[in-house]
Amino acid sequence: MSAKVMEGDDIRRALTRIAHEICERDKGVDDVALVGIADRGDDLARRLAGQIARIEGAEVPVGVLDITFYRDDIGLRSEAPEVHETAIAFDVSGKTVVLVDDVLYTGRTIRAAMDALMDLGRPRRIQLAVLVDRGHRELPIRADYVGKNVPTSHADDVHVLIEELDGEDAVVVEAVR
Amino acid sequence: MNEHLLSMHDLTAADVTRILDTAESFREVGSRVIKKVPALRGRTVVNLFLENSTRTRISFELAAKRLSADVINFSSSGSSVAKGESLKDTALTLQAMGADAIVIRHSSSGSPLQLTRWVDAHVLNAGDGTHEHPTQALLDLYTMREKLGRLGGLRVAIVGDVLHSRVARSLSFGLVTMGAEVTLVGPPTLIPPDAPAWGVQVSYDIDGVVAKLDVCYMLRVQKERQRLEYFPSVREYARLFGLTSARAALLPDDALIMHPGPMNRGVEIDSDVADLPESVIEEQVTNGIAIRMALLYLLLGSGASGGGPSAPEGRAYDR
Repeated sequence: MSAKVMEGDDIRRALTRIAHEICERDKGVDDVALVGIADRGDDLARRLAGQIARIEGAEVPVGVLDITFYRDDIGLRSEAPEVHETAIAFDVSGKTVVLVDDVLYTGRTIRAAMDALMDLGRPRRIQLAVLVDRGHRELPIRADYVGKNVPTSHADDVHVLIEELDGEDAVVVEAVR
Repeated sequence: MNEHLLSMHDLTAADVTRILDTAESFREVGSRVIKKVPALRGRTVVNLFLENSTRTRISFELAAKRLSADVINFSSSGSSVAKGESLKDTALTLQAMGADAIVIRHSSSGSPLQLTRWVDAHVLNAGDGTHEHPTQALLDLYTMREKLGRLGGLRVAIVGDVLHSRVARSLSFGLVTMGAEVTLVGPPTLIPPDAPAWGVQVSYDIDGVVAKLDVCYMLRVQKERQRLEYFPSVREYARLFGLTSARAALLPDDALIMHPGPMNRGVEIDSDVADLPESVIEEQVTNGIAIRMALLYLLLGSGASGGGPSAPEGRAYDR
């Protein structure tokens, strides 16, 4: 059983709204930087940057962060987690860094991302933008910008498909029995 | 990935590619101001170096420390080994102390394999006798891939004392696995008789091969073996098989000059040649740390010794 909860247009509108919210909340984007969590988060971060450039006429720096080395389950799984690239070409110190990810679930990824970011410098603020918040937090973490709240059960899988990797934009909830 | 790293023969082309790709990410970590990640926090890595080695031990020590593991260095001088303790008793002691990984360098071929029979820890071979030195081979493969963009089809000559060189064996096996064309070059006395069975070519004439190479890999002349009369004199060896400036000039423009160190300048490689831009000997050292981080991460980052079922919270990251 699977259900499509967001279509391509829904995702575009959600990202447009989040881009506006970032500009409003941070009163312009002078010290704002976007850091996407690999993979998928980085593609969403680039799209948000495109929207912000359209709204504010300013380019915000975009980086990609791999959180693998900061996970709390290394050695608990049968295979070591696959490693992605980290590429942050700007200094995060003093910036308002908006972490961007596709799905917010237990919060463990975000905990790892904050630790990873702190090792790269001292951001003035860290905010969180996610396309989908599916609930079931295991840590005291919340998102500042949410595309859509999707109620799910623990047994569900939430798949975010994006043009850059999957050839289409969609959010699909798959119920696993 | 296997549970241990004993020989390049244990690795498939896919394994090698995964190790090199993972090392790529660790290179990025090595370029940060804070060169440390918490991936192996709380794990214990023992460097059991029962044969002299500085660079490999330091490289493994740095690799483990950059992964936040605790490192214990154990060498033969000044330890219980000097008092006559057997390898088995040393191994069981380390086991009892809770070592998660043991990096072993030993003068006897096969000792890392023997070690795996006594301990539960992951075992990494850091050079055993004249058998293998897989981490050196992997850092060399990484350096070649980084500089030349590929491994398949590369023409590589490994020049010198192949007979006693665990580096040459591991590197040959690795290059053949990755589809490179390997030629072993040296005096007939220093080419192992079974070399053709490795899937490599053999030549006794360096001048006949240099002009067509992508990589010229020079091995150290192990002067300590010279008294065994494998060749008449160091001077003659340098003249016939050394990488002189004249020979280096015959290499194609983008060819690499490599050496596992420590170098005998003026013997297997001219001092001027070692300092040419084509020589990537220092990059090899830098890449060695990233490769060893990748190996420790891939071995220790997989299921707690024995590979049980994946942990319940595994899904937390995978949705």
